[in-house]
Amino acid sequence: MNRISKTLCASMLALLPVAAMAQIDGEFVKPRTGKFLLQNATVVTVTKGTLTNTSVLVENGKIAQVGTNISTAGAEVIDCTGKFIYPGMIDSGTRLGLVEISSIPETVDYAELGNVTPNMQALTTVNPNSEAIGVTRVSGVTTVLTVPTGGLFPGTAALINLNGYTPDQMYGGFKAVVMNFPSSGRRGRFDRRSDEDVQKDSEKALKEANEIWGNASKYLELKKSGAELQFYPEMDQLAKAVSGELPLLIVVDAASDIQNAIKWVEGKNIKVIFSGVAEGWRVADEIAKAGIPVITGPVQDLPTRQSDRYDTPYANAGKMAKAGVKVALRTDEEENVRNLPFHAAFAAAYGLGKEDALRAITINPAEIFGIADQYGSVEAGKRANLIISTGDPLETKSQILHVFIDGYMIPMSNRHIRLYQEFLERSPGLKAN
Amino acid sequence: MKSSTTQSTPTGEIMIQARFPVRIQAGMWPLKNNYKQMKKLNLILAALLGLGLNYSNAQTQKGNVLIKNATVLTVTKGNLENTDVLVQNGIIRQVGKNLSAPAGVETIDASGKYLMPGIIDAHSHVALDVVNEASSPITSEVRMKDVVNPFEIGIYRALAGGVTISHAMHGSANVVGGQNATLKHRWGAKDPSDIIMQDAPRTIKFALGENPTRVHGRGNGIQPRTRMGVEAVLRNGFNEAIQYKKGWETYNTAKGQKGNTKTPPVYNERLQTLADILDGKIIIHCHSYRADEIYMLINVAKDFAITKLVFQHTNEGFKVAPEIAQYTMGASVFADWWAYKMEVYYSTAFNAAILQRNGAITSINSDSAELIRHLYHEAAKTQRYGGLTDEEALAMITINPAKQLGIDDKVGSIEVGKQADLVIFEGHPLSSYTVPQMTFVDGVKYFDIKADPDDQRQFVSATEMVEPIFLHTHENHQCLQDVDAYFEAFQGAFIEEKH
Repeated sequence: MNRISKTLCASMLALLPVAAMAQIDGEFVKPRTGKFLLQNATVVTVTKGTLTNTSVLVENGKIAQVGTNISTAGAEVIDCTGKFIYPGMIDSGTRLGLVEISSIPETVDYAELGNVTPNMQALTTVNPNSEAIGVTRVSGVTTVLTVPTGGLFPGTAALINLNGYTPDQMYGGFKAVVMNFPSSGRRGRFDRRSDEDVQKDSEKALKEANEIWGNASKYLELKKSGAELQFYPEMDQLAKAVSGELPLLIVVDAASDIQNAIKWVEGKNIKVIFSGVAEGWRVADEIAKAGIPVITGPVQDLPTRQSDRYDTPYANAGKMAKAGVKVALRTDEEENVRNLPFHAAFAAAYGLGKEDALRAITINPAEIFGIADQYGSVEAGKRANLIISTGDPLETKSQILHVFIDGYMIPMSNRHIRLYQEFLERSPGLKAN
Repeated sequence: MKSSTTQSTPTGEIMIQARFPVRIQAGMWPLKNNYKQMKKLNLILAALLGLGLNYSNAQTQKGNVLIKNATVLTVTKGNLENTDVLVQNGIIRQVGKNLSAPAGVETIDASGKYLMPGIIDAHSHVALDVVNEASSPITSEVRMKDVVNPFEIGIYRALAGGVTISHAMHGSANVVGGQNATLKHRWGAKDPSDIIMQDAPRTIKFALGENPTRVHGRGNGIQPRTRMGVEAVLRNGFNEAIQYKKGWETYNTAKGQKGNTKTPPVYNERLQTLADILDGKIIIHCHSYRADEIYMLINVAKDFAITKLVFQHTNEGFKVAPEIAQYTMGASVFADWWAYKMEVYYSTAFNAAILQRNGAITSINSDSAELIRHLYHEAAKTQRYGGLTDEEALAMITINPAKQLGIDDKVGSIEVGKQADLVIFEGHPLSSYTVPQMTFVDGVKYFDIKADPDDQRQFVSATEMVEPIFLHTHENHQCLQDVDAYFEAFQGAFIEEKH
């Protein structure tokens, strides 16, 4: 047998499993779970300081141990010397999974018809295979609140982890009924209503909100007293916010609207979270006094008024935190949720500080959502949502090397990366044939 | 039209202050001048116009300043530690160590800070009152310099992000849009022509793909409805321009000959502009996304011997990067925008890196009044997505866009002899935590974070009783601005679109 045919035989043997499916090249890398020891890293725990030369053991989807000298027995060891471990980042306001291409209505599922549709469940319409999910999670954003928009009570938001094949596998254990608080601001450059009309519309909407809320309260009372009620899914869902079973996520931005919302909430004895809060810095003390936690962002945004300092959106989170408000961040994005760490960096640079900026995308949202026992820091017993990086994940220069979600090691690939691999050195190049 | 004034200086020269670009009309001038004076005035005017001089340009402020002990990121000549930069009369005169300030020149201590060239945005609509003349698939006759608004707060916000020059572009509603204006952000100028970079070459907006086919094919019932139609509009336009050019050449040749009876062709600004493109007098900046349409325009350009061509957006440029590198002046792209419409669904954030590695001149632009404020950060994303070096990343917002706008001999790097457009940063400009501190245009400081009063407006509308509050609405995208006014029947279908 000559050398060429020997080589040929050997390579044919090696290709046997592939040959069984002759038309298919390459192997698809799936997320995989197991026992992983992330060895000898600098661990930024967020809640327990920064630990050098420390290892993290991941087992059964959880962080089993954080420490030194953890046994390697039965574990796949990932050497993290010179690397950093951070908790997975949480974006507290997105439309991720609810839309594929925003200009194509057939792929837009975040806004249902109607003004009062709190029973519209974001979780139902999360598409686990959305391209944007694969693109987002390799940035280290492992968990997002995905929020329906539209009318006064547009639906119910859900927290999702960015791994899984069904919405239930992705569900992160937190839901909130969404309310778009009647707004006295303009919807954008194309909003050409007169000042008077803007005011009138806002007052009318607030009156309507009060009526609907009153109805939901009555519905709840009747239900509690065991009355026989007609099928009324909208009221049934809204009543969960009235009773405090679900928090009410109030989307509110303009300063006077925030003040109105604070008043509106007073005496209602409900769980409230403000979201958006673009002009929060103008009334930061009042928000702090009301004790309402805030999800703010996008940070990289334009000022709301022409007369505002250029950096007001950058500085907003820092000013509210300084006043004593508990602040989490959101991108309010779909395909660009991956920019969350950069929004946090801008907030850090313009007053929030690096440490608090990191908290605003990890432990703070976990606490606001009431799930801090599972999320938001690197501590034993919590869900294994982790990042391994070459440095601070809020810096563009840092590379994210590995991402774990619920103990699953996520393949560091997506369409953006595959296109890079294919086209960096295209073949054929300039000359065909 | 606002007033123009003429006045005689002691030496008898006539100075003209034009508030707006002025079209000289018969009868405009004071009748008390006798005929001889009128004739003299007209001659001087004609000479000035003929030379293409802009009267007001001479009046823009030029600064003197010495910036000391900075880490100077020259972009073209490496990084210089603890280095001084001396600016005199708006020009960089010296770059070196231990420079001393000539009498009367302000010194700024930049110890521990970074100094880089002013950032250049090759795609913006800031400071434009109108963006789209969408009334025809070809509107090459319109000029953005006629709608420049020097009072727009967006200029100041861009300065606060270190941007000194923006390319104020026509929109993407038609295949051949209007001629763009390159702006220098001289905040506080009241005369629109004072913020136009008068020494920049002419550029024009083209657009391919979804936008022109939607506006005209779907919205207006005329070609182009498809990307085939877009090619046809381009080829027909250029062929018509060749005929038009020939008509003038024939007339001009015949004009001097004895017994000539030929009448001149009818002047047509639209075709003349296309002819100027064919003559290499105008740089094309073409809104494009898909690889097939990019490749189409490269072929059209080759057939008409057009070499001055830059692609804008170019989300699928990475697929035809070798062709872009070989035949064009490169691509000006977003750092990471994708998926907002079908033609950008198959994008990659590694686009800029792939283009750069294939040798295409690549810049990062904003096309947004928001993004323009942090282009240094957008450029830094090329390090996350593709691992570009600091120098390559910074070039994408300085010297590379300068090349694409034809102004790289004047700006885009810190070199002796160049215009002193400079930015001082606290922290490296490619760090996510960096904060721009001061921005200079022609050596004049227009932004200083330490002297930054709250309200920077130059102009407040008397018709607005209460200041409007604009909330985040995902409509920073301005490429199709104003199109809705042309197609009321579409009931806002365009204005919800991005790009």
